[in-house]
Amino acid sequence: MYQALDFEAPILELEGKIEELRHISGGSNVNIADEVDKLQNKVSKLLKQIYGKLTPYQKIQVARHPQRPRLKDFIQGFVQDFVPLAGDRLFAEDQAIIGGIGRIKGYAAVIIGHERGSDTESRLRHNFGMARPEGYRKAQRLMDLADRLKLPVICLVDTAGAYPGLDAETRGQAEAIARSIEKCLTIKTPLISIITGEGGSGGAIALAVADQIFMFEHAVYSVISAEGCASILWRSADYKVTAAEALKLTAQDLLKLKVIDGIIPEPLGGAHRVPQEAIHKLSDTLERALKELIGVDGSVLREKRRAKFIEMGRVGIVG
Amino acid sequence: MNWLRDFVKPKIRALVSKKNVPDDLWTKCSNCEQMIFHRELASNLQVCPHCSYHMRMNATSRLQMLFDNAEYRIIEFPTGLADPLKFKDTKKYTDRLKENRAKTNNQDAIIAAHGKMGGVGVVIAAFDFDFMGGSMSIATGEALLSASRLAILQQAPLIVIPASGGARMQEGILSLMQMARTVAAIQEVKEAGLPYIVLLADPTYGGVSASFAMLGDIAISEPGAMIGFAGRRVIQETIREKLPNDFQKAEYLLDHGMIDMVVTRRELRPMMIKILSLLQNKTPSAQVLAIKKK
Ligand SMILES: [Zn+2]
Repeated sequence: MYQALDFEAPILELEGKIEELRHISGGSNVNIADEVDKLQNKVSKLLKQIYGKLTPYQKIQVARHPQRPRLKDFIQGFVQDFVPLAGDRLFAEDQAIIGGIGRIKGYAAVIIGHERGSDTESRLRHNFGMARPEGYRKAQRLMDLADRLKLPVICLVDTAGAYPGLDAETRGQAEAIARSIEKCLTIKTPLISIITGEGGSGGAIALAVADQIFMFEHAVYSVISAEGCASILWRSADYKVTAAEALKLTAQDLLKLKVIDGIIPEPLGGAHRVPQEAIHKLSDTLERALKELIGVDGSVLREKRRAKFIEMGRVGIVG
Repeated sequence: MNWLRDFVKPKIRALVSKKNVPDDLWTKCSNCEQMIFHRELASNLQVCPHCSYHMRMNATSRLQMLFDNAEYRIIEFPTGLADPLKFKDTKKYTDRLKENRAKTNNQDAIIAAHGKMGGVGVVIAAFDFDFMGGSMSIATGEALLSASRLAILQQAPLIVIPASGGARMQEGILSLMQMARTVAAIQEVKEAGLPYIVLLADPTYGGVSASFAMLGDIAISEPGAMIGFAGRRVIQETIREKLPNDFQKAEYLLDHGMIDMVVTRRELRPMMIKILSLLQNKTPSAQVLAIKKK
């Protein structure tokens, strides 16, 4: 069953009507088919209208939609011969981050990403995509592997943030994230990151210090969640909508701020409505980026990556 | 790259030694609640003489405490009234900046300086928690970058003293990007073969602990300093369990292998000088050789 978001109520209403008509007619009456077409057009129009000007907070809702394609869907969708690789070789296997080797449009690559899960059982197993230090250390290990064997690294980012737990802190959550950033800036192999859903703070940037960074049209990427920001700066989570606007966390804002390199368009009504289309678009983007980056000298790649981040965020600096 | 020009050019001005006279002559220790006279507290490096509680220290006091004869030169870094997101919560970010500049006399939440420690040239960048909770801004990133590049130019070790609640929300994603930026900056220092020492001061959290702060060649902290990624309250709300009393304290991190040592404030300077000497003077000195000959 489709889980509608609050602002989708008018769409849902129309779709309900279509369902009703179909039910009554049993698919035989031509006149009703015309009516259905008309309503369908209305739905498309409405989707275009609503999704064409989503507010930042509505984008957060879309980015967190439970039916939005997850890492598993992307891997199944466009990675051939995926071989998952487990463990950080230090303490544990953390399923909040999944990694492995596979082939994308013919290119062998290391694929790493947050997995949030899609039902209660898998959500618990993947800890809702909130990684512990082991997840980030596994990512570092796989980046090293890619570096040594000259494979490009693809990171798919979708997390509310790193897991804020007692065990995670005790085993060095901050250190694990810091080392991941350092690793991203060290490897001499192409590194491409895509924010597919929610890019939550340090837990996201740990996998997103890349040569090229893309975001889905309705993905968000932020230093803190809108709710967290509201409760600290406005002293009430009720201001989450205001905070979402102030934080400039949409793909469109981030492209303007030159924090990302491109936006991947989503199907009408968001990736969760037509996941297959979103999956195809992403694989096309990856193919283009891989073609561009593979073959570039590793030292040059790394130098450019570092320079990119050194220059990034100098916006507004008055020399 | 235009970096050489960028940081050689900024005027490096000498510190004006202006004695800060505190408004209150007496301070109450937040640990043992004893009253301490301000002169006694200052001469004791902001450590309670009754219970040894280490109080927070601002950036200027840190620099005065560490450099030989409290002499150093401040490295100026570009700031300006940067407000890239035109951010406004209950107050405008530009107003907050102005207020904090007036309050602390600093341009942003960091002071970077160079001078000598035990006769060895060093660059030190100290965060100022009094300036918006020591939060990491584009300007603090800029200061760390300038400090790193001056260290390389002078072939001097880099010492960084974070004291920060984490990222500066008012700079949004650009604050988050400082994590990558500062890591890239210290990577240059490391690759130049220079020591990078971090003194994790109370408190070190969030985007600061999860970037340059946790990447020191040597990681030092002070008794009782709080260090972590997520704050205590957030963790408590997530796991709904009681946290150990010493959780996220420097001693707890030491026990769990996350830092090298916990050093009292009084012993910090001698310890750092010893480390710097070991890392910078790697062969027998003329004096030692002369003694051996005898
Ligand atoms: Zn006391």
